[in-house]
Amino acid sequence: MSEKIDQNRREFVSVAGKAAAASVVAPGVLLHSIAHAEPRAEPVTDAVRYGLLIDTTKCADGCSDCVSACDKENGLDLLGKPDGATDEDWARQKPRWIRTVKVKDRLSGHVSSLPLMCQHCEHPPCVDVCPTGASFRRADGIVMVDRHTCIGCRYCMMACPYKARSFIHENIKVKLSAVPRGKGCVESCTLCVHRRDYGVAGTACADACEHGAILFGDLNDPNSDITKALQERNHTQLRADLKLNTGVRYRGI
Amino acid sequence: MKKIYYREWGIESPRYWGLLAVLTVILAVAGFAVLHMEHEGHWVTGMNNEVVWGVPHVFAIFLIVAASGALNVAALGSVFGKHIYKSLGRLSGLLAMTLLLSGLLILVLDLGQPSRLIVAMTTYNFKSIFAWNIYLYVGFLVIVAAYLFTMMERKAQRFYKGVGLLAFVWRLILTTGTGSIFGFIVARPGYDAAMLAPMFIIMSFAYGLAIYLLVLMFTFDAEGRALGDKLLGRLKSLLGIFVSAIFYFVLVYHLTNLYGTENHEYEAFILLNGGIYTTLFWVGWVLLGMLVPMAILFHPALGNSRGGIIAASLLVILGGLAAMYVIVIGGQAFPMPIFPDKIILESGFQDGIGGAALYYSPSLPEFLLGIGGVALALGVTLVAVRMLKFLPASLADEVVDPHHG
Repeated sequence: MSEKIDQNRREFVSVAGKAAAASVVAPGVLLHSIAHAEPRAEPVTDAVRYGLLIDTTKCADGCSDCVSACDKENGLDLLGKPDGATDEDWARQKPRWIRTVKVKDRLSGHVSSLPLMCQHCEHPPCVDVCPTGASFRRADGIVMVDRHTCIGCRYCMMACPYKARSFIHENIKVKLSAVPRGKGCVESCTLCVHRRDYGVAGTACADACEHGAILFGDLNDPNSDITKALQERNHTQLRADLKLNTGVRYRGI
Repeated sequence: MKKIYYREWGIESPRYWGLLAVLTVILAVAGFAVLHMEHEGHWVTGMNNEVVWGVPHVFAIFLIVAASGALNVAALGSVFGKHIYKSLGRLSGLLAMTLLLSGLLILVLDLGQPSRLIVAMTTYNFKSIFAWNIYLYVGFLVIVAAYLFTMMERKAQRFYKGVGLLAFVWRLILTTGTGSIFGFIVARPGYDAAMLAPMFIIMSFAYGLAIYLLVLMFTFDAEGRALGDKLLGRLKSLLGIFVSAIFYFVLVYHLTNLYGTENHEYEAFILLNGGIYTTLFWVGWVLLGMLVPMAILFHPALGNSRGGIIAASLLVILGGLAAMYVIVIGGQAFPMPIFPDKIILESGFQDGIGGAALYYSPSLPEFLLGIGGVALALGVTLVAVRMLKFLPASLADEVVDPHHG
């Protein structure tokens, strides 16, 4: 009888021990394998260069779906006007990563609407002037700000030819975990870099555009839709005279 | 030339402490302004995503530029061997250091993340002129401190000329670096000119000397020390020449711009229809900051009167602040030519619709920070001349000029 009890006890201890070991090790193994499966575990390479093609002939006047989508995706809409600020001041001080602009040609009078954001230059002036190197260009062509080394001097905003950057003028109480932000730092369009790192396709603005005016893709891939579209028809860079080789190209202006 | 003796600044204690008390109150108010801006964020200032550098930068850059200019008086004595200026070297070095420190402090306190100064001091991007400037500024402070030591310590006197030359060359590079902060910006029509660097150098000559003259006259007059007309006459003539040189540079800068059609809109903005920027350019910088001081300084009677020299120096300083406002803020307020062939009709982020100027309205905290910087420079200077032998006991004509009488 006592022999039997001992057997049970031994089995129990053995099973319990294995279960305990598994419960300790398994989540680690699981996390490890998940982490390694994610693109963010791999070093970013210059085998790809992300970019956008914007067809202004398709961009609808008065539509700002891309702006709303960007605000939601990156948590810009979580930021409210500070108590005491006027609407006019807030309009100039709130962060804006993408904006719609309507322009008229001086000669022909032709009017076009277009979204404008960081142009993700190959030779970005914002990166050149940043004293600490916080403003940087990833190997895959995305230009962004390291929020840990940005001291908030705004020299990059002085240097950007597209006025694409925003300074955070007030305290940030709520933010998305995928898009860290903070008061006193500069930020701008990241081509939804968190999507790249989590292996999610597209950008918020491109997905939201029901007119198909924004095309996101790999400029280095000869078979990508964006490369084919660029080869098919003429396109321009904004401020092409500066020879920055922008990653965002426009059609129809 | 007689041997020059130096003595601590010996005005009566109540007056001295009264002065310091006034400056301390200004500093305290400026301190609260800084805390307010840092606690709330920059939304409490007039700066925004269009005009990102405001009044603090106007004051900071003016002080940094003036700092390098204040050192010129010493350089005239050591580098160019003009004995008459040798006795002025100590105050010159002191002002150079206090003005630079104050200018830098304003810049640092305006950062979005001033607590990350350590990052700025340890992490560098050497393609940035800003990063180079951090070295140039720190180096300037070290070299000028050494320069002062060679002036004030007998045993170090044999290094006086060498360190003086180094300090002079360094200050030229430093102001080149400061001018290049703007000169290297290709995107904005108001900047992107190699000429800004030499223009900043000549501006520094005038602004530094104007501040030097005022401090010299105030400290000497307050204590009743002799300050001869001979020396003052030389310094005021130099100021007149420096201001004339700025005038020349401003003329060439705008004439060059006017020749190229691409710059016409920017030139029209500054010279004709830019509102506050046009007013500040013509009235502040050109008229009050250059023409009137030149008229006073070169006038046979006014130029030789103490009141005339004080008025001219004050006007040069005010004109300098106006100049910085036009360059720093006017250069940003002019809308960027993102679409050179097009007119912007609508924008979700301002952008200067129809070519309108971008909006900036300076706020009180910004002015307080800037004025606090000026108060700090003056305060430290006054404490230093009180504690150490920076000021010559006399600058009477017979002391400074061997041929006098």
